[in-house]
Amino acid sequence: MKQGNGTVPRIGVYVCHCGTNIAGNVDVKAVVDFASKLPGVVVAREYKYMCSDPGQSLIKNDIREKNLNRVIVASCSPHLHEHTFRHATLEGGQNPYLFHMVNIREQVSWVTEDKMSATEKAKALVEAAVYRVRYHEALETKEVPVNPDVLIIGGGIAGITAALTLANAGKKVYLVERDYSIGGHMAKFDKTFPTLDCASCILTPKMTAVKDHPNIHLFTYSEILEIDGYVGNFTARILKKPRYVIEDRCIGCYVCVEHCVYKTPKFPSEFDEGLGLRKPVFIPFPQAVPLIAAIDPETCIEFKSHRCKKTCQEACRDLVGRDAIDFTQREEVVEVQVGAIIVATGFKTFDARRIPEYGYGRYPNVYTSLEIERLVNSSGPTGGEIVMRDGRKPKRVGIIHCVGSRDRNFNPWCSRVCCMYSLKLAHLVRERTGAEVYNFYIDIRTPGKGYEEFYEKLMQEGVHFIRGKVAEVTDWTITPEETGKLVIRVEDSLVGVVRRIPVDMVILSVGLEPRDDAEEVRRQLNISCSSEGWFLERHPKLAPVSTFTDGIFIAGACQGPKDIPDTVAQAGAAAAEALALIDRGSVELEPNIAVIDEQKCSGCHVCIALCPYSAISFNEEKNVAVINEALCKGCGVCVGTCPSKAITQQLFTDEELLAEIEGVLLV
Amino acid sequence: MAYVYYPGCSLKGTGVSYEKSLLATFKRLNIPLQELDDWNCCGATSYMSISEEQALLLSARNLALASENNGDIIAPCSACYMILNRTANILRDDRTLRQKIVEKLKNVGLEHLDLSVRVRHPLDVLVNDVGLDTIRSAVVNKLTGLRVFPYYGCLIVRPGNGFDHPTYPTSLDRLLEALGCEVIDHPLKTRCCGGSLTGTLEEVGVRLVYILLKEAKKRGAHTLATLCALCQFNLDVYQEKAARKYNEAFDFPILFFTQLVAFALGANPRDIGLEHHFVPAEQVFEMVR
Repeated sequence: MKQGNGTVPRIGVYVCHCGTNIAGNVDVKAVVDFASKLPGVVVAREYKYMCSDPGQSLIKNDIREKNLNRVIVASCSPHLHEHTFRHATLEGGQNPYLFHMVNIREQVSWVTEDKMSATEKAKALVEAAVYRVRYHEALETKEVPVNPDVLIIGGGIAGITAALTLANAGKKVYLVERDYSIGGHMAKFDKTFPTLDCASCILTPKMTAVKDHPNIHLFTYSEILEIDGYVGNFTARILKKPRYVIEDRCIGCYVCVEHCVYKTPKFPSEFDEGLGLRKPVFIPFPQAVPLIAAIDPETCIEFKSHRCKKTCQEACRDLVGRDAIDFTQREEVVEVQVGAIIVATGFKTFDARRIPEYGYGRYPNVYTSLEIERLVNSSGPTGGEIVMRDGRKPKRVGIIHCVGSRDRNFNPWCSRVCCMYSLKLAHLVRERTGAEVYNFYIDIRTPGKGYEEFYEKLMQEGVHFIRGKVAEVTDWTITPEETGKLVIRVEDSLVGVVRRIPVDMVILSVGLEPRDDAEEVRRQLNISCSSEGWFLERHPKLAPVSTFTDGIFIAGACQGPKDIPDTVAQAGAAAAEALALIDRGSVELEPNIAVIDEQKCSGCHVCIALCPYSAISFNEEKNVAVINEALCKGCGVCVGTCPSKAITQQLFTDEELLAEIEGVLLV
Repeated sequence: MAYVYYPGCSLKGTGVSYEKSLLATFKRLNIPLQELDDWNCCGATSYMSISEEQALLLSARNLALASENNGDIIAPCSACYMILNRTANILRDDRTLRQKIVEKLKNVGLEHLDLSVRVRHPLDVLVNDVGLDTIRSAVVNKLTGLRVFPYYGCLIVRPGNGFDHPTYPTSLDRLLEALGCEVIDHPLKTRCCGGSLTGTLEEVGVRLVYILLKEAKKRGAHTLATLCALCQFNLDVYQEKAARKYNEAFDFPILFFTQLVAFALGANPRDIGLEHHFVPAEQVFEMVR
């Protein structure tokens, strides 16, 4: 047997049951018996939960008593417990990198149905590790300082909460928002469930606080171009898109808007979900932060023909004396350095056009819930009066739940907020119009503080609830009562009949979806997404705001559908995690980086051009390439391409990999 | 692209005007349409509920015959279209059943069953292969001012082989628009025409016919465009019964969509089977002339 790095290997192998997660499908005892006979193995044990304190103690005691100098644990994914067992190895008195982990849960017991095959695979993987570890060497970690500033992507209620928490703790925050104003979806709502307090009244002060906070640098109408670096030391390139208004000159006085060549608003307002109109120069909404005008080049005459009289510019200059409008403004790129990043990019709502049988886009009196939020909002396009597109007030209103959610044709998940916001809208519509309101639901889901009580209250208010998945919304009318109305056809599954409910207005409770560019953002940040596109937390229970990339945290609905209370709680947690990282002051870098043997390096420069992280420079004096340990990510590109074989990658040396392959093939 | 024409029983019987106008359409477009030699019943309806395997064998024989040709099968009858597609789907998924069927086909000298052969509806072919631009530019008699109620029936856009949305299809709407028609939007595009209920539970069947006719009338249609021989038959033949039962006058020529296409493309009205209709259909074409 080869001796590896010279020391005689004394290996301890520990096979974990993980309750029945592994033991239910792998014959753990057989794996232990097999391992105990492998060369170099001094001790092989099984234990129910290796990650528990007694499990870790097994390792520590064996290192001391049996002089182990290599440790192997066959259990779950290294993502979960590699750190735990490295730490146990260190506590036992050995270098943590003399430990190696074998994944026999995610890669064996959970994915192999036949117990015999699963056991054989576990044995093979354990043998591979036994052959590999003999080449392991003691490695040192490197400590680097953490930049105390934080970048937050997304200025909805999640980003705002996290920004204020961090800023109040004295940290400098860069808050980047894609839209003209911060506030996100919440800024569009009239009231919030179940307390019915006004969304503006609780959100606007926070938005203003963000703007006024000396520790927060706000970038609106801006996007992230690129993120570089690693935990504690990220560089972000931020694209500031031109709004054609100079930010520090504009005072939000609306004079430019009043003097636009368009005397009346003509274009659908994005903020009002197209129900209200705006001019080409506009302020998105009266409570916008920052309260700054913007010009939309798609609708502004000057950008189309260059022949506009530019009365807005003239008014700003001559009447207000600010001269804030600049048609030549260009986009700008700003670079910031931060130690941690919080991703709070939120969600989008389901496109109701994808279910044509509900008639959205065909029947003018079919609305999405977000449109109704604007319609009931006192600062919305109708001043809070609920009137339909044809100017009538609805006397009968149908609210269809689960539009796009819990539907295998579209999204299988429950969007979590729709039941409650549907109840809220039912209450508001009934309160303002006295209309009969019908809720069509599959199940009513109200798990939350005060939520079920709110549902109870709605039933007492006389709102109708019909259990059944709506088949269609149609203008096919039969009876005189139906004439001129929309008919909701549904199987009332509590009564067992098909019903036709004529209504004036239909509200589609659209579900929540990941944003269209979630995949792009994921790649930029090097974090993971679930198959649906929600950003993936490090652990669903115990690390809900961390990601698999150290230093990057997630908060709010970008991680999965959630309501405002949960979003705010998560934003606070993400801020706390970022604070913990910053206040630790430094981070240990994994030693799985490439190192250059100066004796062998011929100075050919090949690796320098290929390194995707620009981590390699050239030492002219010694005529050799030099790797910056802090920048190297251990991708292995230089290792594979070095013509002189002068570069090796720690923890993934050729010897280690070849021995591992040899081991796996021997069984 | 070459196509093999599978008429099924209806296009040689009640739907003979469908066949005439389909052939006229393809002739005007210069697309060869060869009838499948020695075809048999598609295995429709009752056989499936008595013996699934026998029904599949019957249906698969047509697929085997078509395997000798290179080209998609065109099945204009909605039932044939659905059943031939379903047979291909079932046999693709079920290996054991497929082997049995293949064996039996060999016994009658059919050595080759190619399940990759595609079964297409002529509407799909006209809209997606020929293309609306080609059709628009080939129109000779533009159907301007003709208000048409497009009616798809329940079979051709069922989930599974869909070339269009299962509840709110638009292919026929777009095709008719390309001919210059004024197409009426309505929510009953895939509602039941009565199917075989007109023959078994006549009261129910006639009511279903009535619902469609009434809605077409309410929306100001001149005619209904169908794409299934049974839909056309029910709406045409039972129109008088529906009118009497519900005390409402109807005078709706029920056309096959191919009659409108063929006429617009310049086919002679005498060649598109107008003489086979119960409710006189000539009036529609006199209106646009």
